[in-house]
Amino acid sequence: MSRGRWEHFEHKADIGVRGFGATPAEAFAQAALALTAVVTDPSSVVPREKVEFDLDRDDDGDLELLFVDFLNAIVYEMAVRKMLYSRFEVRIEAQKLHAVLWGEPVDRERHQPAVEVKGATYTELEVSEIRPGEWLAQCVLDV
Amino acid sequence: MDKSQLEQVDDTLWRIPPKGKMRVPVLIFADEALIDEMDDKVAEQAANVTTLPGIVGACYVMPDAHWGYGFPIGGVAAFDPKLGGVISAGGVGFDISCGVRTLETGLRREHIEPIRKTLAEALISAVPVGVGSQGQIRLDDKEMVAMLSGGAQWAVERGWGRQEDLERIEENGRMAGADPSQVSKKARERQRREMGTLGSGNHYLEIQEVEQIYDLEVAGVFGLHQGDIVVTIHCGSRGLGHQIGTEFLKKMQKAAKEAGIDLPDRELACAPLDSPVGKSYLGAMRAGINCALANREIITHLVRQVFSHFFPEADLRLIYDVSHNTCKQEIHQIEGQRREVFVHRKGATRAFGPGHPAIPEVFRKVGQPVIIGGSMGTASYILVGTAEGEKKSLSSACHGAGRRLSRRQAHRTWQGQRIITDLERQGVIVRSPSYRGVAEEAPGAYKDVDAVVQAADRAGLARLVARLRPLVCIKG
Repeated sequence: MSRGRWEHFEHKADIGVRGFGATPAEAFAQAALALTAVVTDPSSVVPREKVEFDLDRDDDGDLELLFVDFLNAIVYEMAVRKMLYSRFEVRIEAQKLHAVLWGEPVDRERHQPAVEVKGATYTELEVSEIRPGEWLAQCVLDV
Repeated sequence: MDKSQLEQVDDTLWRIPPKGKMRVPVLIFADEALIDEMDDKVAEQAANVTTLPGIVGACYVMPDAHWGYGFPIGGVAAFDPKLGGVISAGGVGFDISCGVRTLETGLRREHIEPIRKTLAEALISAVPVGVGSQGQIRLDDKEMVAMLSGGAQWAVERGWGRQEDLERIEENGRMAGADPSQVSKKARERQRREMGTLGSGNHYLEIQEVEQIYDLEVAGVFGLHQGDIVVTIHCGSRGLGHQIGTEFLKKMQKAAKEAGIDLPDRELACAPLDSPVGKSYLGAMRAGINCALANREIITHLVRQVFSHFFPEADLRLIYDVSHNTCKQEIHQIEGQRREVFVHRKGATRAFGPGHPAIPEVFRKVGQPVIIGGSMGTASYILVGTAEGEKKSLSSACHGAGRRLSRRQAHRTWQGQRIITDLERQGVIVRSPSYRGVAEEAPGAYKDVDAVVQAADRAGLARLVARLRPLVCIKG
């Protein structure tokens, strides 16, 4: 857990999200935090409501496709619930991905949400073990 | 952009000849300054597009082009189903039928000036904008289907809009061939509470003044006069379009593989037009177009309510509504042959010239209005489609300014509150629920829209008619 961190990277019209972690699941969770940070400061989002989802894996073992599916599932849960999330737990199994998100409804005064995320793209998409025990998960978002 | 790969045809046209897997050339419409500023990725992405099956003519790149996903933003490409042509969700974009419409108000600056701030506040209260906003309209399953197949016509039937608006919207306000059954449950769910919402990012609602007329005759036909006050709305198909884009981008990964299409970039995922996935996307995408048309019609209704409160005598008449993220079935003369093709315009506006049967009777003699949105605080333009545009770019023109700096850079460079104060000093009132959103949309983060439209005009893609100066800008 200690190596978990996230960052944004440049894309001209939009923005890239990048998560690092000891496992793919942890890198996914960090990238999800980077996604929230595109919209608002994650530290302003109180993790008081819990949302869970399962994704059936139809990616033939391709973690990159799974990563895009995962981010898009979060985009969906942000859009339909009008919520923002600041805590993520991800479990990747052979057949499915299980995610637990904690957050709260958008408060426009407090969160000053900058922009809606339309979806995750396959641009600059990468999920890989960059060195033993450190995973990276990244892609560009369409905002 | 590295010019060594380009052949300069004239002062506003550059060509990348076909090489390797490229089936047709890339044609970039821009002057030298815009080419110098353009990202190398634009050339790379446009060249990738030309490798897709069934492409005809060229991949046409507009003066405002920038690095997109798969297709460059500002990219136009036509595919012939008879040649195994494809359709690409990435070639349309996530925000299906994102577009712009302009309304004339019949008012003058002196009417607006004394109550400009009040009007701005009233507009931001009446039109839901920004992240987390919701519309007043809730659609049940039956109404959702009616909206997806009826577009702006549906909105007018429900009392949100006027009958005479319809002929001033591309496709008469209703995209034929929409298939709501191809729109997933998730896409509908995302839209249920979002009808009549503006969204965020570069979307806006502006009150503008006609600052300059370049072509008196055409401006007269469009109903534009110097000093007139107009309202311009820029938004798209909201959550529904985004979800359709997301889902088909994924489905087309598989479809492309199954069709044996060698993709140079995963984002260029596509499906043959005559395949099940291709047809399914076409039906869903057209339903997405209807959603965008209905959405802009509802917002127009809300704007009219606000204006009628302050100016009971004002009559807000729609000049025209154009979309700049679409794939449309059209007939074009390509390499001397009449072809029925599917034209992808991603961040490009259709610009039919005089005499085209698809444009309203009232514009038939001069060509269709081509509305180019500026960035916050900068000018917008109205151009007119040309006869030569058909041959040059399949009747396509630019769509806006295009970003110069990323959101991240903009967020680091500017402060939202400061931008609002500065713009107010320059005569533009900005209202937005988010200071950070304003900072990321700072005028300096965008390319010079004036240079973009000048290049489009000089290249003959469309001709300048009028320049609009913002007085009030509502941002998401």
